[in-house]
Amino acid sequence: MSPRAQVYILGLLLIIVGAGLATYKSQVLNLPITPGKYQTVWTIEAKVEFQARGDAVKASMALPKTQTNMEVLNEIFSSSGYGFTVDSNNGNERATWSKRTASGQQTLYYKLDVYQRQGQFEASIDGMSTAVNKPDWSGTRFSAVREAAASLIERSQQESADTETFVTQLLRGFNDPDNIDSRLLLSGFTDNSPVDIALGMLAMADIPAHILRGIYLEDDRSRLPSSVLLEVYDGEQWLVYNPATGTKGLPSNFLIWQRGDKSLLDVEGGSRSRVRFSILANNVPAREVALKQMGGDQAALLDYSIYSLPIEQQSIFKFILLVPVGALLVIFIRVVIGVRTAGTFMPVLLSIAFIQTSLLNGVAIFLLILAIGLWVRSYLSKLDLLLVSRIAAVVVIVVILMSGISIVSYRLGIEQALTITFFPMVIIAWTIEHMSILWEDDGPVEVLVQTAGSLAVAIVCYMAMTNHYIEHWMFNFPELLLVLLGSIIMLGHYTGYRLSELIRFRHMVQS
Amino acid sequence: MALPTQLLRCGVLGMNSRNINYIARYNQRALYPLVDDKLQTKLAAQKQNISVPELLGVIERQWQVKNIESLIGEWSKFVIKPTRGSGGKGILVITGRDFEYFLKSNGQKLELKDIRRHINNILSGLYSLGGKPDSVMFESLIEYDQVFTDYTYEGVPDIRIVVFKGFPVMAMLRCATHASDGRANLHQGAIGIGLDLSTGKSLNAVQYNRPVSEHPDTGKSFSELEIPGWDEILVLAAGCFEMVGLGYMGCDIVLDRHAGPVILELNARPGLAIQLASGEGLMKRLKAVEAFEPELLELPPEQRVRFMQEMV
Ligand SMILES: Nc1ncnc2c1ncn2[C@@H]1O[C@H](COP(=O)(O)OP(=O)(O)O)[C@@H](O)[C@H]1O
Ligand SMILES: [Mg+2]
Repeated sequence: MSPRAQVYILGLLLIIVGAGLATYKSQVLNLPITPGKYQTVWTIEAKVEFQARGDAVKASMALPKTQTNMEVLNEIFSSSGYGFTVDSNNGNERATWSKRTASGQQTLYYKLDVYQRQGQFEASIDGMSTAVNKPDWSGTRFSAVREAAASLIERSQQESADTETFVTQLLRGFNDPDNIDSRLLLSGFTDNSPVDIALGMLAMADIPAHILRGIYLEDDRSRLPSSVLLEVYDGEQWLVYNPATGTKGLPSNFLIWQRGDKSLLDVEGGSRSRVRFSILANNVPAREVALKQMGGDQAALLDYSIYSLPIEQQSIFKFILLVPVGALLVIFIRVVIGVRTAGTFMPVLLSIAFIQTSLLNGVAIFLLILAIGLWVRSYLSKLDLLLVSRIAAVVVIVVILMSGISIVSYRLGIEQALTITFFPMVIIAWTIEHMSILWEDDGPVEVLVQTAGSLAVAIVCYMAMTNHYIEHWMFNFPELLLVLLGSIIMLGHYTGYRLSELIRFRHMVQS
Repeated sequence: MALPTQLLRCGVLGMNSRNINYIARYNQRALYPLVDDKLQTKLAAQKQNISVPELLGVIERQWQVKNIESLIGEWSKFVIKPTRGSGGKGILVITGRDFEYFLKSNGQKLELKDIRRHINNILSGLYSLGGKPDSVMFESLIEYDQVFTDYTYEGVPDIRIVVFKGFPVMAMLRCATHASDGRANLHQGAIGIGLDLSTGKSLNAVQYNRPVSEHPDTGKSFSELEIPGWDEILVLAAGCFEMVGLGYMGCDIVLDRHAGPVILELNARPGLAIQLASGEGLMKRLKAVEAFEPELLELPPEQRVRFMQEMV
């Protein structure tokens, strides 16, 4: 059999098998072909750290309350070497890690996936104590703050109609930097936080209140402490206030971790304990969310899909599964269209970097590094270095540039630029080297042509790799990899004209 | 823009088809090093008594660079080349000396340290494919035949002949221009002039893939151009098949005013611009050669050339 026939038979076979498997899965196993709506699922990681003294250790941490506008999908506790229990009393869940002896730095993790549901937050009344504990601000030491608090309360009472407006006025006054009473209050205490003082004043005014601990769901945050809101009882219901501004209502992206005054973390047998939160957003098809919510039978369908992996592995797999799509595109663009690029698969790597940095930032950073790199390299070429050391030098320069860009843009408040680390440094260094030789031999025009070509291909790959449909197909039907393989093999035997040749040889037809 | 069917009717060979149907099929991988390395080609040619520019010296190691002064000695006309370069990259043509200076073909003056740096760059692989370390070759300067005087600007014109299974199928003359910086490589702006296989007369000329009728720097029209000793040149090219065994290759030949036609280099992946220069597609002739009877392929180079000349 001629190689050509073999190529077509093998290619077609792969395509048929791959497409057949995918069709079977969608028809018989009812896996939908379209991705449907996407929803943000937040992965929150609470990291408990403390210094153990060498004795028995017991750490207990409050777990998030179920909140009417948030749904917890998944919880994972890591407790290497620790005994672990979750107990609940009157609706307050706490996780407890314990160990007979431990010493040195200890780290425990609790991770959960949450998604925001439609609908309003409704605070339940059950189980929350409406008792008021008056603060102990007696004695001459506190006379000044007592006066100030009383004056602030009185003014707010005069300017308000009911509890709801009173709390707003009180907090506004308290947060007004020009308010003398508030300044007195803040300077009168040394070990009370502003929130504690606000709670004290509410108690003085006979209003039941407690703190609401939680975190704001914002993408790509790490090592955050928890945030605090105030919850106030107006006689009928609990109302949420931001203690720093006096605004009423629960921010829609606030995940309540704990209601009430109990501590977030208790550690016995350890010191310097703290909890830090990291937050990550993932876009997951709504259907997957629904399946995870239901658990059980239907989820078994997906047991062998990528979605059955833990979220971190999924995000790594995302790229791995999408790289073949990029490779196919690159081959198509080179063989069928005939675009000249610098390096065969450099554009794919570039597009992966773009996914991390977002497109515009990525293109800007790439062009910046390339331009500065070319300029520096033109100087290096005068130094008579060996090629290997010159490329190594360019790698170092690229790294310096990347760090520089990261730091400068971080100072300017552009967090995005930090993701620049995903740029394939060595590949960029090679690209700079390649481009500078090209510049010397074929002139700047050819450099422009190839840069533009590489960028165009990288952008096309980026578009494809971030397309929800393609992502959905590659995730749910990994057997499509066979289709890709088949197409790549067949494209490798494409002997027709390239689009660019139709232009190149156009004069031959006229003559 | 042309339609694929129009190109097909003109018998234009495309890049994909060239790679798969000709290069992959007729050129054995194992033979590539022989043509990709100009030094090996030269040694193989000398063994077969095929004329090539004289080899003056070779530098393979960094430490040898120190001694280049004594190697160069009194030479005033020579060429420095990376042995595995392509596309005219890294070729330095020295046409004379002026006290301590070396003169390039465009009159630019170089010092010995510039030459040393150039050699270092070549050794470290700057001009070779994939940046692989390379060696440096010194060869004698070709002084081109007077017929070409007005057809080229500051550089030696070379004749590219595509040889398929030992039969010359198409030929063009490549002339340097100011834009190509004295090198006869088309993508750098040299002019390609298609040559009639049977007569060695010009057919057509292109620069940057576009038709031209006269040399942009000298203003000389290409219409009266005729290559002297044409048959001898074609025989030389056809004989390269016996030498390296590549089924589909490009032979680059230059006409030295003293030594006559010499092989400059062989190419296992000859470009497609020759079709533009000739105003004709390669496909028809390649198909014809593929259809030849086996005994035709056994003919000696002279008869293969005559057969081809009669056929086209
Ligand atoms: N010995 C030489 N004398 C004069 N010019 C030369 C010589 N060798 C090369 N050149 C010039 O350099 C060009 C490229 O040389 P060539 O050996 O074909 O290398 P490449 O593989 O890079 O094309 C030639 O077309 C010619 O113009
Ligand atoms: Mg050449």
